[in-house]
Amino acid sequence: MSTYEAVIGLEVHVELKTQSKLFCGCSTEFGKEPNTQVCPVCLGLPGSVGVVNKKVVELATKAGLALNCEIGTHTWFDRKNYYYPDLPKGYQVSQVFRPIAYKGYLDIEVEDEQKRINITRAHIEEDPGKLVHSGASITTSHSSCADYNRSGIPLVEIVSEPEIRSGAEAKAYLEKLKAILEYTGVSDVKMEQGSLRCDANVSIRPVGTTTLGTKTEIKNMNSFRAVQRAIEYEVDRQIAVVEDGEAVIQETRGWDENKGITLSMRNKENPDYRCFIDAELTHIKLTPEWIEGVKASLPELPDARKKRLVEEYGLPAYDAVVITSSLDLAEFFDATLAQFPDAKLISNWIMGELLRLLKAHSMELSEAKVTPDRLAKLLELIKKGTISNKIGKEVFELMFKEGNEPEEIVKEKGLVQISDEGQLTEILAEVIAKNPKSVEDFQSGKEQAIGFLVGQVMKATKGQANPGAVNGMLKEMLTKK
Amino acid sequence: MELNRLTVQQLSELLEKKEVSSLEITQDYLNRIKRIDSDLQAFVTLTEAEALAQAKLIDEKRARGEDLSSLAGIPMAVQDNICTGGVKTTCASKMLNNYIPPTDATAIARLKKAGSILIGKTNLDEFGMGSSTENSAFFTTKNPYDSTYVAGGAGGGSAAAVAAGEAAFALGSDLGGDIRQPAAFCGVIGFKPTFGYVPKTGLISSASSLDQLGAFSRDMTDMALVLNTICGHDAYDSTSAVVDVPDFRESLINDVKGLKIGLPKEYFAAGVDSKVATKLQEAIKILESLGASCVEVSLPHTKYAVTAHYIISCAEASSNLARYDGVRFGQRVEGEDVLSLFMKTRGQGFGEEVKRRILLGTHVLSTAQYDEYYTEALKVRTLNKEDFAQAFEKVDCLLTPATLTTAYKRGEMTGNPLAMYRSDVCAIPASLAGLPAMSLPFGLVDQMPVGLQLIARHFEDKTLLRVGYALEQNTDQTRLKPSLARG
Amino acid sequence: MNITEKDMERLSLQSRLELTPEEKAAYTKSLEESLDYMNSLKELDLSTTEPASVVLPITNVFREDVPQAGMDKELVFANAPEEEEGTFKVPRII
Repeated sequence: MSTYEAVIGLEVHVELKTQSKLFCGCSTEFGKEPNTQVCPVCLGLPGSVGVVNKKVVELATKAGLALNCEIGTHTWFDRKNYYYPDLPKGYQVSQVFRPIAYKGYLDIEVEDEQKRINITRAHIEEDPGKLVHSGASITTSHSSCADYNRSGIPLVEIVSEPEIRSGAEAKAYLEKLKAILEYTGVSDVKMEQGSLRCDANVSIRPVGTTTLGTKTEIKNMNSFRAVQRAIEYEVDRQIAVVEDGEAVIQETRGWDENKGITLSMRNKENPDYRCFIDAELTHIKLTPEWIEGVKASLPELPDARKKRLVEEYGLPAYDAVVITSSLDLAEFFDATLAQFPDAKLISNWIMGELLRLLKAHSMELSEAKVTPDRLAKLLELIKKGTISNKIGKEVFELMFKEGNEPEEIVKEKGLVQISDEGQLTEILAEVIAKNPKSVEDFQSGKEQAIGFLVGQVMKATKGQANPGAVNGMLKEMLTKK
Repeated sequence: MELNRLTVQQLSELLEKKEVSSLEITQDYLNRIKRIDSDLQAFVTLTEAEALAQAKLIDEKRARGEDLSSLAGIPMAVQDNICTGGVKTTCASKMLNNYIPPTDATAIARLKKAGSILIGKTNLDEFGMGSSTENSAFFTTKNPYDSTYVAGGAGGGSAAAVAAGEAAFALGSDLGGDIRQPAAFCGVIGFKPTFGYVPKTGLISSASSLDQLGAFSRDMTDMALVLNTICGHDAYDSTSAVVDVPDFRESLINDVKGLKIGLPKEYFAAGVDSKVATKLQEAIKILESLGASCVEVSLPHTKYAVTAHYIISCAEASSNLARYDGVRFGQRVEGEDVLSLFMKTRGQGFGEEVKRRILLGTHVLSTAQYDEYYTEALKVRTLNKEDFAQAFEKVDCLLTPATLTTAYKRGEMTGNPLAMYRSDVCAIPASLAGLPAMSLPFGLVDQMPVGLQLIARHFEDKTLLRVGYALEQNTDQTRLKPSLARG
Repeated sequence: MNITEKDMERLSLQSRLELTPEEKAAYTKSLEESLDYMNSLKELDLSTTEPASVVLPITNVFREDVPQAGMDKELVFANAPEEEEGTFKVPRII
């Protein structure tokens, strides 16, 4: 098996964050009734002509610059001609000959190794409509229904060079790409709403050779994890085909998530898109000054942010990667840090409690009720000794779910830590009296026995005793005797 | 009073003086259509009820003393590839024989706002593909001078309607002479403005980089009034030029003194009928007598421009006509799956010439053929543009025959679509270059109208009107009356 | 220029035009004539000429990103050959 290497290129379609479509004023809002966000232009009615949405050009330029691309100063739109019921005009408007952005790259890290993946191009194109099939799948359906709400939604297609070598690298590429597009505000990058879609071109070749093998195009992958799995499956499949002495067929294959396999989509036609310039649409000429302006407006990007977290705050590289992989998380970190200047501690809470709870509830950070302000206040309470770390976690979970102020929760539930010596002496005396065996063990030199006694105190106080104080007092009381 | 023979300007004056109402004018035109159109067959659809209602409305406005434009209350015909909201727009194709657009084309909306009255939709070659209206899926429009002759095309319906007094003026579209050639054949003025001057929203175009909305009228003043209304930028059309539009009436001055007029020698060498050439010489003499100077110029790539235009128009048509698939609108022929639905719908919905051009366009855009044909055609387009640029360094406008011959007999060219196409040699180069061009009637040869063509620089459309007006004021040859109108 | 039977099959499919055998024969002849005519461009040396896709290129004609209401539902389906529950119905894809 190790004698082959995988050659993978990704084509990622990203929906741009605009209010209206690429060529008409129809809304881009997700999840509306079918065919309620359509007009003569996006339905392709005879005689309709569109006008390019300025914001699309801005966002595509931003995406290109964030991906280290060169920006075309003179670009235009071309038509990709093919027939499909979801394609109202019988052609898709795209940028075939002069993409707005080209020759870029992004850096990924897989197993602590950094690797640069070059980006061939990023171009603007329109989304087709959507077909809903009557049967369980396209092959068993007797009819389909077309909804053109998506028709004309602006996309950028980002095409990588075939430099990705594994499913894991593909996943890392997508995660980095997602983070960059999210940081720049170019897209919502929500795979579940179709605002980010990925197709993979996969081929294999013997290690040490440079010619490209016959590739297959993999579609229908609905998560980054699925992309990784589909690629891993497809690479293995192609190796098996070749080792059986057969040839890989150039085709489009669909990923079946349930079965965990790719299946041929059996195209009848080898398409010739007959691309040519769309004479109905404006040419785009961008001045170097304008491009510089867009560049200057770019926010801090994930790589720079990660570096800052490591170099300025001393976070471990792993923590920094995780926190900066999502803009929400990175913003959360920074906002908390502004109020409570202990980066490592904040990072621990984010990496531990926050991510754990988000995962457990399958939630986005934006849906959680905890705010940076409240986390900072919580950490302050722990630092002051008002509550214990353990209680802090309970309070955090309540903040996460219900969104109250930490002080309120602590007060309401009576969680204030008992540090008062007078109050504690009584409880300690009681515990000592009840556990003569442990006391004896400790006094005969078994230091660890004190742990049990602290535990008993914590139990008796329902966790509210200050464990540090308890430990000190216990030692003092036991050695006195 | 023969209302339907008067010009827009004359009708407008009568309306203003309240000597006649718009309702009377509209009724007169409708009566005329009913009397003659069963023979002429210029109209695909009549909008009688709407027209009469609109006319009443305009009369009421006038009675109230509202400020109205010169086009208010004037009946117009609109070629049936220009969208009219709520009124069937067929492109003379089976494919769209029940298609009702949701909204008006921008130019129509502007004319309606000015008070013009839509009287009906006129016949054309299916999707504008042809030069004689013989490719209409419905019927062939006859030449008002002799019904055994073609009216020309694609816009034969509009040209015949204006010539025969069925509409005061008409709209059409010109892709490669589709306004100018039928105007010449029917003895009216046909004007193709600079590409981008008139918004194209609502024009069902088959070739986006060539097609341009324009108009037919009976004299220059009327043309100026129509252009004043339809020209100008439209924010909803990417190809609509952002330029100021003059008041075209300012060009209606009887003065061409000092104007330099070029006579492209290639147009005369292309096989112009000698009688047509003689008429052209008469026009040159008049213009020279008025102080213009006429000099020979050369447009060396004329022949290739026609070929390039053919490649580009077929290529663009193959893509523009892809939307007719029977899913969202138009005719549909059922099939067991989507592929057969598409194949049958398109195979049966389109006529012979449309299918021919789609096949040809698909072929020249195929990856294997692309550079051989399409890219080369685009290069010739550059040469054609340079030809004109060089000529316009020396002269202000060009004067050519509008067509090589006068109208030909129906059926004469139907078996030879390529020859029919190539006969538009005089009109095509200006289309390929996006230049403003106008054909105007200039006398008769063997009882059939002769057309002259004037071509000017981009956005110098007004020069065409100026030269046309000077001719109109100094000869009676520009005002023709067809035999059908006499009868 | 020779148009083979295979070419005509391909063009018919690519253009989504179902053609009768008679039509195919007629179009083959007609296309060959047209292509021969088009080949006259080969008389020119175009190696140094730039192609012009449009004559007056329109540059930077943009629309602001302002959403507008869609079409009325009746208008959306006014010309639809087959509507089903607010969608355009088509037969099976495969």
